[in-house]
Amino acid sequence: MIIMALDKVGIAKRISQELRDGWYVNLGIGIPTLVANFVPEDITVEFQSENGILGMGPFPFDGEEDADLINAGKQTVTLQPGASIFDSATSFAMIRGQHVQLTVLGAMEVSQNGDIANWKIPGRMVKGMGGAMDLVASAENIIVAMMHTNKKGESKLLADCSLPLTGVACVTRIITNLAALEIKDGAFHLLERAPGVSVEEIKAATAGKLIVPDNVPEMKIK
Amino acid sequence: MAINKVVANAQEATKGIESGMTLMLGGFGLCGIPENCISEMVKMNVNDLTCISNNAGVDDFGLGLLLQKKQIKKMISSYVGENDEFERQMLSGELEVDLIPQGSLAERCRAGGAGIPAFFTPAGYGTEVAEGKEVRDFNGKPHILEHALTADFAIVKAWKGDTAGNLIFKAAARNFNPMMAMAGKITIAEVEELVPEGTLDPNTIHTPGIFVQRIFQGVDYKKRIEQRTVRQK
Repeated sequence: MIIMALDKVGIAKRISQELRDGWYVNLGIGIPTLVANFVPEDITVEFQSENGILGMGPFPFDGEEDADLINAGKQTVTLQPGASIFDSATSFAMIRGQHVQLTVLGAMEVSQNGDIANWKIPGRMVKGMGGAMDLVASAENIIVAMMHTNKKGESKLLADCSLPLTGVACVTRIITNLAALEIKDGAFHLLERAPGVSVEEIKAATAGKLIVPDNVPEMKIK
Repeated sequence: MAINKVVANAQEATKGIESGMTLMLGGFGLCGIPENCISEMVKMNVNDLTCISNNAGVDDFGLGLLLQKKQIKKMISSYVGENDEFERQMLSGELEVDLIPQGSLAERCRAGGAGIPAFFTPAGYGTEVAEGKEVRDFNGKPHILEHALTADFAIVKAWKGDTAGNLIFKAAARNFNPMMAMAGKITIAEVEELVPEGTLDPNTIHTPGIFVQRIFQGVDYKKRIEQRTVRQK
């Protein structure tokens, strides 16, 4: 069963609605990176890249890329006015010290108590955790951006993660191609449906404990 | 007059690096890596190295060059996803790998240079990373004990340096270089531009010369870009 209600850009647009004026935000690799393109015009946020940038800007114009200026995904980027540069220890002091208000990252699995797995498939894929373990261990506000199901159509929202964990009881919110959900009291709470997606479809794609209120509004995506 | 740290080139700078040693290498991805010293070590007959570096380069550049020649016995890194040869050697058991959270890696190097033997961090609690490590609650939250890292040689790359070993890094090429410079028994700095003492503004120095034992001006920097992402005008 593969339902494509929101595409990756749609997920990023929905996450951009979670941004608040004055926040410092760390965006992970993949869908989270796209969120930077949809910051509401009436607010100011600064993006932190854990390799040592605060105030990260968009990709450079063709021909203006600088090998010394990359983001955590090793992509060439630019600096916004007011940006700053620092070493890796200072960068993680910002993260560990909870000076960054929001972390958005991808996941392979999330459990109903907020555990996240996103760094290793034993015997098959071993890329490492990068900064993800530091981020999820310390951030108060963690949004996971991911597809609701994997390529085989299996739910990524589980009672317990089967893959090696990145962090325990840390994810507070999930935005998928099907739904917006909150994690609390050991369950996924359905907040919104993606456009054109029914509650039944979300229930079928969610393996963990799902709490569905009487009224589940549809997301508003521009 | 300041203490002069200048050596002629990578060959002279890497003198004393031997098989079985532990090395720290600065850089994030291919950004801010000591290209000259890595090339030199490929030529040297040194093996069984333990390399502490956030990443492992790509197949044909950076630390990937040492991996290709099987000169590395163990890698201590946080993310190695860009290197197929690395993944092959790791999955086949040829290469020993210690993957640790990036912030813990940075702080462990900083601690090593700062004389702090260990510290508690929340990163990795409840995961494989915490296995065998002391856990203690602070402010109601569990933390794990992480030990400092040091190295026989730390090899860093800076933008500008002076004869006294003072270093200035450029943009995101700073990354792990300042902490690793602190944590080497001998720290080698290769720089794009080496200037006489007194030339750099002391207010702008990122790494003070006390942490650097050998400095030289590098040559032929390739500064390869891993992910060239641009937008159109």
